[in-house]
This record gives sequence, structure tokens and C-alpha cells, in this order.
Amino acid sequence: MAKNKKETQEQIQFTPSGTGIRTNGQIVRSTELPSPTKKKHKSLGLSEEDVVDMFHQMYLQRRFEERAMQMYQKGKFGGFLHLYMGQEAISTGTVYALNDDDDIITAYRDHGWGLVRGVSPKEGMAELYGKVTGCSRGKGGSMHFANVEEHFWGGHGIVGGHIPLGSGIAFANKYKQNDRVTACFLGDGAVDQGVLHEVLNMSQNWGLPCIYAVENNGYAMGTAVHRHSVGEIYERAHGYGMKNAVINGMDVFTVYEKMKEIAEDVRENSMPWFIEIRTYRYRGHSMSDPMKYRTKEELKEYEKLDPIERIKNYLLDNDILEQDEIDEIQDTVEDTVMEAIDFAEESDFPEKDDLYKDVFVEDDYPFHT
Amino acid sequence: MAELQFREAIRAAIDEEMAQDEGIFVMGEEVAEYDGAYKVTEGLLDKYGPKRMIDTPISELGFAGIGIGAAMNGLRPIVEFMTFNFAVLAADQIINHASKVRYMTGGQVEVPIVFRGPNASAGQLSATHSVAYDAMYAHFPGLKVIYTSEPEDAKGLLKSAIRDDNPVLFMESEQMYGLKGEVSEEEDFTIPIGKGKVKREGSDVTVVAHGKMYHVAKQAAQQLAKEDVEVEIIDPRTVKPLDIEMIVKSIKKTNRCVIVDESHPFGGLAGEVGYLIQREAFDYLDAPVQRVTLPDTSAPFAKNLFDEWLPSANEVIDAVNTVTYRK
Amino acid sequence: MAVKVEMPKLSDTMEEGVIAKWNVEEGDEVESGDIIAEVETDKATMEVEVFDDGTILKILVDEGDAVPLGQLMAVIGEEGEDISDILEEAASGGEKETSETDGEEDTSEKTDKKESTDTSAEKAEEKSTVTSDDGRLKASPLARKMAEEKGITLSNVEGSGPQGRIIKRDIESYEPSAVPAAATVSREDKEHRVSQMRKTIARRLSESKFNNPHFYETISIDMQPVWDARKQINEKSDTKISFNDIVVKACAAALRKHPEINSSWHGDKIVEHGDVNVAVAVAIEEGLVTPVINNTDQKGLQQIGQETRDLAEKARERKLQPEQMEGSTFTVSNLGMFGIEEFTAIINPPNACILAVGAIKEVPVVEDGEVVPGKRMKVTLSSDHRIVDGAMAAQFLSTLKQMLESPLAMLL
Repeated sequence: MAKNKKETQEQIQFTPSGTGIRTNGQIVRSTELPSPTKKKHKSLGLSEEDVVDMFHQMYLQRRFEERAMQMYQKGKFGGFLHLYMGQEAISTGTVYALNDDDDIITAYRDHGWGLVRGVSPKEGMAELYGKVTGCSRGKGGSMHFANVEEHFWGGHGIVGGHIPLGSGIAFANKYKQNDRVTACFLGDGAVDQGVLHEVLNMSQNWGLPCIYAVENNGYAMGTAVHRHSVGEIYERAHGYGMKNAVINGMDVFTVYEKMKEIAEDVRENSMPWFIEIRTYRYRGHSMSDPMKYRTKEELKEYEKLDPIERIKNYLLDNDILEQDEIDEIQDTVEDTVMEAIDFAEESDFPEKDDLYKDVFVEDDYPFHT
Repeated sequence: MAELQFREAIRAAIDEEMAQDEGIFVMGEEVAEYDGAYKVTEGLLDKYGPKRMIDTPISELGFAGIGIGAAMNGLRPIVEFMTFNFAVLAADQIINHASKVRYMTGGQVEVPIVFRGPNASAGQLSATHSVAYDAMYAHFPGLKVIYTSEPEDAKGLLKSAIRDDNPVLFMESEQMYGLKGEVSEEEDFTIPIGKGKVKREGSDVTVVAHGKMYHVAKQAAQQLAKEDVEVEIIDPRTVKPLDIEMIVKSIKKTNRCVIVDESHPFGGLAGEVGYLIQREAFDYLDAPVQRVTLPDTSAPFAKNLFDEWLPSANEVIDAVNTVTYRK
Repeated sequence: MAVKVEMPKLSDTMEEGVIAKWNVEEGDEVESGDIIAEVETDKATMEVEVFDDGTILKILVDEGDAVPLGQLMAVIGEEGEDISDILEEAASGGEKETSETDGEEDTSEKTDKKESTDTSAEKAEEKSTVTSDDGRLKASPLARKMAEEKGITLSNVEGSGPQGRIIKRDIESYEPSAVPAAATVSREDKEHRVSQMRKTIARRLSESKFNNPHFYETISIDMQPVWDARKQINEKSDTKISFNDIVVKACAAALRKHPEINSSWHGDKIVEHGDVNVAVAVAIEEGLVTPVINNTDQKGLQQIGQETRDLAEKARERKLQPEQMEGSTFTVSNLGMFGIEEFTAIINPPNACILAVGAIKEVPVVEDGEVVPGKRMKVTLSSDHRIVDGAMAAQFLSTLKQMLESPLAMLL
């Protein structure tokens, strides 16, 4: 908002208020969604089984988190719990678009990413509970799901802290000439971190095979995107001459289509991309967030665009599945998640000795006392 | 034995390791085309090419993090900081990521990276360019910290650091790069991390000194020898893990100890070693442990103030006189 | 399958929530994800979500109620389902889901542990005659350790360090003197009592034997007069007196006449003690102790006898206080009850002498050319040659002999 006259003392305001975007004069929105793809699954190169599996994967992420939320509210485990609900199309579409040995790294809203990249619901739930059977052996918790064997380099807790790590992973891939692409996901809040700019500069300069993908869910914690960041996020790429795009993240086909194109371009040319994927976070930033910063109407507006409902309807409308088959998948997922909870509850906590495990690679490090 | 400058010893270590492992590369400001800000990496660009000798922008946080990511993904980076005073900008990456990512993922990754460069003061460079960071990094679990005082130690320990599968901070000094010393020519000479060295034997007092301060302690010892005071100098060489056994063994012999440390007094190596000594050698002390450190002030510019600020041989002699009840 | 809706944890620090509003009534259908109530926590008004489909069968708390974490608020199930079990359990304050998190702050009060003081330091301080600014005996840890190993009493050492701190070189150059110091201390160390005691004895006696130049003189005393006198006394009195009591009394009287024997070595001076305090060696199970009868010369036989018995009993019960073993100026050690005829004793520092008393034996003696039965007792005086010379010791023994052979002389 350009001010063309000097404000009086009372008029001074630093951070803008509101959420910045108004559509049809009524609903206040934090982000504006680009159009989704019009392509059907066949023309995207996806089989019916793929679409069913996508639905299955997305529903698993959703249900896993709903039950995790319930268990958290029952006081079953502590720590943070940042829920991914609403953003499942991004994790699922991306993982389908990338090769299995392409590398993925993300921030702390990482449950969906872990589940779709090989962290089993049991290992995931056990990690939330801090059990030794968890994917990170109970040492990481909610923010640090990881499955490095399957090229998921984990969730990371410092806002923006993992951006250079993703770049380094891409650097090593280029060094080794192994054709792997790295997808480094970050939130809109991390765009304001200085390290992003150091890294975009080097990445463009060195031609790192990396996709910097901002999951813009409208809020950095409780601060709407236009209250914390000037201009449009994807436009940041212009300053570095980096290829960029803005994508609808509420539609799994769109994410799949764009990520596939971009990944192939990166693989071909070994130059990075900076993309903004617009989405919406249905829950608070974390479990103790009363969500006073957004309107109920806005949330409802986005819930109408729920990526899971969308793919479910696609399956029904295109006669890929009947309602009872959908119900069956949902029941199966529910059972899987409940089993995961039982598994987590019955699993052991790490041994006391595990405190000193994996600080260093060697077993005989002389710890200071 | 060959006589090498400190910088040559470091270069030899990097060169030998790079020659035998394709995954090792050097990254930092002015390391390649400029031949190194202090000529440590001179000639390595010609030898290994621009893929393995990488000039970075002045973006410590960014390139430190890229190094860590590359290490996670199977390479063995040597990240050079023009000085550890600039590495403060990269502290998030070193402290929050390099040291913790293995632990947080339950052992799913290794971070075999070396961060190296000069530490502490180098003359009248003023407050922001004169800080010793070894004790600060040693505070964090998951990091190893080395700060050597002589070319041979530097070579042997840097080779071990490059081979280590954990993040290691390897610290040097601008003022020591030209220092000459005998370096073993033994094939594949290495020194294990975490082992100190008795640099001078003596029976009257143990002086613990590492990095640049070793030379201050050595001067003091030569002076004191003229007065028949025999100083035993222990150079820990590695700050973390610390070879406290060697220090304690020496104190059991001499019963007195002075620690010389180019850190500020609060929370430096001197304080930590002092604590360990009272725990491990309480009944062997004939006097309270003394330390010679920087004052609790930042580095001044003015020459006279700077000389006052930096620990000197005379201060070490005074401390020795105190613990030996000579004065 | 009925589902319990319990008060959820909606903030890290919440312990109870107040129902601000119910969005549903009993009988309403709900789906997973529905917000059924709003709850005021300690931080904000939060929404209560359900995670299962079904009908609200029961609502157990009203708007405005404060509900603790985990308490049953409502039951969801299939219409007509029997939920009496759940309700009964809730009514009887049924089992709460226990929290498995450790995020709760530990509010248990931590009581400060009292630092236990170092007893050896205390002991050293008790007997400290060295004073510094604050009246404490200062010694480096090393000096303390060396002093303990060498059996040196720290308070006898002059410190040359800052504020009189005793340091290594002071211990190394220490020449034991005879400053009045503590007598043996029986350390109440349950685990190693015997060895502690033995250690103390070994230490003190070695120190004495090796540092004090001993010489010995033996004299034979005719005990017939004492024998007769004791018999008379014990017939008339309730408190029985022993031969040893009489020997102690005689020593005290003789010491009054020979103050040079009643002295201690101080390196550059000899102190003749004003008081005569005779210690009596008492054998106990773990070794030997030497309780003191203060001002022995001023006490009568009965009192000496009584005190000796009390002290001996205390010694055997290990109840002797350190002060009851301190300040002796002379020691008597009697092995007569064991039939020992004569022996030499090691001086009890800081005394100058110790008297070793043998048994009273019936021996043939020649009197006026006749061999007659006689009662003889041999005593041996060990003397510290630094203080006492042969003639001085002989004169003392001669006085003692006189007194025992004519008990009345003690009264003079």
C-alpha cells in the first residue's frame, strides 16, 4: 500500500492489517488460487489404480492426523503437533510426479510427506508417541519424521533451516551426476528468512538441480501472507533470474502435472526452479492455536475445495469407484490408523542408553561429564 | 621429518586426502581462483579443478548449509570460513543442523563435514574479528572441535578430521600460518582426535595451553626455566572431546596448574578444565588452579590496549608464581 | 460401539476447561470433524471436535461447568445403544486416562540437600591451634592428604602460604614437635572402625617411637606397704581402689616434685605444664586408648579410682569423648593384671614420659640376711631424651619408689 502523504502520529501503522485479498467484496481470503488443470487422469499418464491409490494415500494422511490430534488432546503425547490437513494434494501429487530416488526435504509440517514417502502409519504414530519403534526411533517426534532410505530427508524444525540442506543434497547429486532431482519444500513464513536468498543466489549461479517449492497456506503461524511478505511469493524468483511458477495446491492432478514438468526440466537442464504452491491449512499452526486471525467463512470457503473431497468426487463421477468401495477404503484406512495407535501405545520407549546413541557415528565416543 | 609452514601442513593434509577420495571438495570464500585468503589452498584449483575447488559468494549461512546437505548426501565437504568470526553467521547451520540431524533422525544420516579456518584474534582487527569460538562450539553435543598450535599437529589432525564421519570444526590462526615446524613424513601420518600432547616436560607446574596460546605458554616456560621452575606444557590439541586424563596425570605429578586460553573468562575452556581438575585431582592440588584468559571485554583497536588485552607470557609467569607460591 | 468424549487437552498448560457453549443436543447426529462444543481454556476459547460418526447419546456437563482434563463430557454411539456401563463408570469417578506425556512441569518440591561437612576437616579444625584471619585452619587438599599419610597433626604445622595456608612444602619440611595436641581420636566410622583405630594407633605410636628418642629405666618397688594399706582402705570403703589407682596417685605426687618430667617438647622451648594430668592406658577390643584424669595430683584415691573405672567403661563402650583423651602430661600403662613382669612402653605424645607397670610378684627377698617372701613390682619409665636426661628420670623413679614404699609420703 503506497502512502502518498505523511501520516499523523495516530495514523502510523507498520504491519498491514486484514488478510489482503478480497474477492466479490465478501469473503476475505489469504491466498488466491490459480486455476486447476482441466486434464483427466489418462491424459496425465495416470491409471485408474493410480488415482485410487492417490485417494487412498491422501485419506490416510488426513485420518492419521485426525486421530493423532485426538490422541494429543487425550494427553497421550506431548511436544508440538503441526497438522498438514488441507495440504495433502501437494505431498501426494509431488511424490507421484517425482522418481522414487528423487530427494524430498521439508519443514516441520511433515506427517503427510513422511506417510506418502514410506514412513508406515505405525512408525509415524510411534514417533509421535516418542517410542523406539518410531521412524526416527523416538528421537525426533512430530517435527522430525524421516525416511532417508527412500529419499525423504525429513522434517526440520527451524524455519528456513533446511533450505540450504536441500540445496546441498542437490549439490551432491550434481557432483555425482546421478540425475536425481531435489524438491525442497518450505512454508510461506520461511520465504522471509535470509538464508533463502543466499541459497537462491548460489543455486542459480551454480545450476543446482533443485525445486524450491513454497507451500503457501496463507499464514505464517497466525500472520496472513500479505501481512508478512511484500508482493507475490513466486515473484521473488525474478530477482535471481530463476524459473518460477505459481500452482493450485488444492488439486492433486494439478500438482502432479506441474511437478512432473518441472522435475523433468530440472533433470534435463540442471537449473533450479522457484515455485509457489497455493493451498490452505485447515487447522491451527499448532495444537494451541485458537485461530483468531482468520474468519470462519474463509475456512468454510476453502473446505469446499478440500482436495480429498475433490478426488473422491472425481472417482465417483468418472465411475472409477462406487460409494461402497470408497467407504471400504476409508474403513481400511481407519483400521490401519487405529492399529497404528495400538502399536504406538504398546511399543516401548527408548532405553536410557539411547540418550547417547547417534550423537556421533562411533559407539565409543568419550562423552563429557 | 620435513620443515613446513603451518599453511603448507594444512594444504598437504587437504591435498593428500583429496587425492585419495573423490568425494572430498573444498568450498569457501576465495579458496579457488584467489588461491585462498591466506594461501592455504594455493595450487589446489589447478590440481583438482573447479568442481572440487568452489568459490562461494559471501554467504556463510547458505554455503555452510549447502555443505551440510552435501555431506548428508554422501560427499565429504571441507568448508572454509575466512575466519570463525564470520562463521557466526552460519551458526544456525552448524549448531542446529550439522550437530543434530543425525540424532533427530535416529541415526538415519551421517554428516562427514569439516568446517575450517582461523580462530580468535590476529592483531589489531578490532572487536568483531578477534573472538575465539572453540569453546562455544565445544558446548554443543555432536560437534568435534580441534584447535592446533603446530604444523605437525595440524596436518595429522586435519587428516583425521576429514576422515571422521561426524562434523568437525578445525581451527587455525592467521598469525600461525607462516609458523614453521617439523612435520612427520611418515606415510599417511595421522593423529587421533581427542588426544593431547605433552609439549614440554616439567615437574613444578602444569600449564594447559592450546592454539596460539601454546606459544605464549612456551615463551613463559623458557623464561621460568632460567629461574629453575620447570613447566610442563600440555597442549590438548582437541578441545572436544577433551583429553582430561592427560591433564590430570600431569597435575598428579606437579600439583599445580595454570590454564592459558584465548577466550573470555566466562564459559571458556579454562573454566571447564578448571572444573574437571577440581573434580578429578582435588587431593593433588597444592594451590587453586589459575587461568590466564582475555579480559571480559571485546578486543580494542589501540595497540597499547590490545597488548594489554591479549594474554602474555608475563601473565603466565605471574600465574605460575602464584600457584607455586613463589611470589 | 459407543465412544467417550472427554475434555481434551487444548493447550499445553491447560488443566481444566469451562464449557462455553454446546453446539449439539442429545439425539443429534454428528460426523467426524464436527465441532460439538466450545471450551474456554487458560489461554483462549477453543473448539471441541469429534473424530467419530454417530449420535449424541448423552451430554454429562452443562455450559459454564469447569471440567478437568480427561473427564467424560458426552457419549456418542448408535441410537438406542446401551451405555449404562460408561455412565456408571463415570459416576463412580471411573478410571481417568492417565497422561503418558512428561510435558507436565514437575512441581514436586526439591529440598536442598544439606552439604555434609568433611569430618576430617572438622576434626582438624577442632584441634586447631593455628589461627588465621577467620580462625580456620587452612591447608591445601594435597597438604591435608600428605599430613594424613605421614601421621602429622595439621594443627602442629605452621603454614607458609597465603593467610597461613599449610601447603605441600610445609608438610615436607615438618619436624614433629610436642605442641600440646589431641590425644588419639576414636573415629566413629562404622565400616572401618577397627582399621581406623589401628591406623591412628599405628600412626601416633610410630611417630612417637621414631621421632622421640626413647630411653628406658627400670626400678623394682617393694609393694608390701601398699598391699597392706589397700587392704585396710578397701575394708572400710564402699569404693574399692586398685593397685593401679595407687600407682597413678603416686605418679601424680612424684610429678609435682619433678616438673621437668611433666613437660612437653616445643622445638625451640620446653613447656613445663602447670597441671598434672595422668592418662591411663586402657586396652579395648580394637586397641588402646588413653583417657585422662585431669589434675590427678589434686584428687583422692577414691576419685581417681572412680574416674578410672568410668573412663575405662566408656572406652570399652566407645563412648569416650575426644576431650577425655586430651591434655595428658604423663601416662601410666599397666599390664600387671596379665602377669607381665616388666615391659617398655612407647611414649604417648606429647608427654615426655610413660610408666610401664608390671605385675606384683611374690619373690624371695633377702632381709637382714634372711630369705623372706616379699612383694615386688617392676616399673619401667620410657623418657624422651630431648626433654629428660638419665639422671632426671632416675630421680623421678626414686621419688616414686619412696612414695609407694611409704604411702604416707604421698600425703606430704
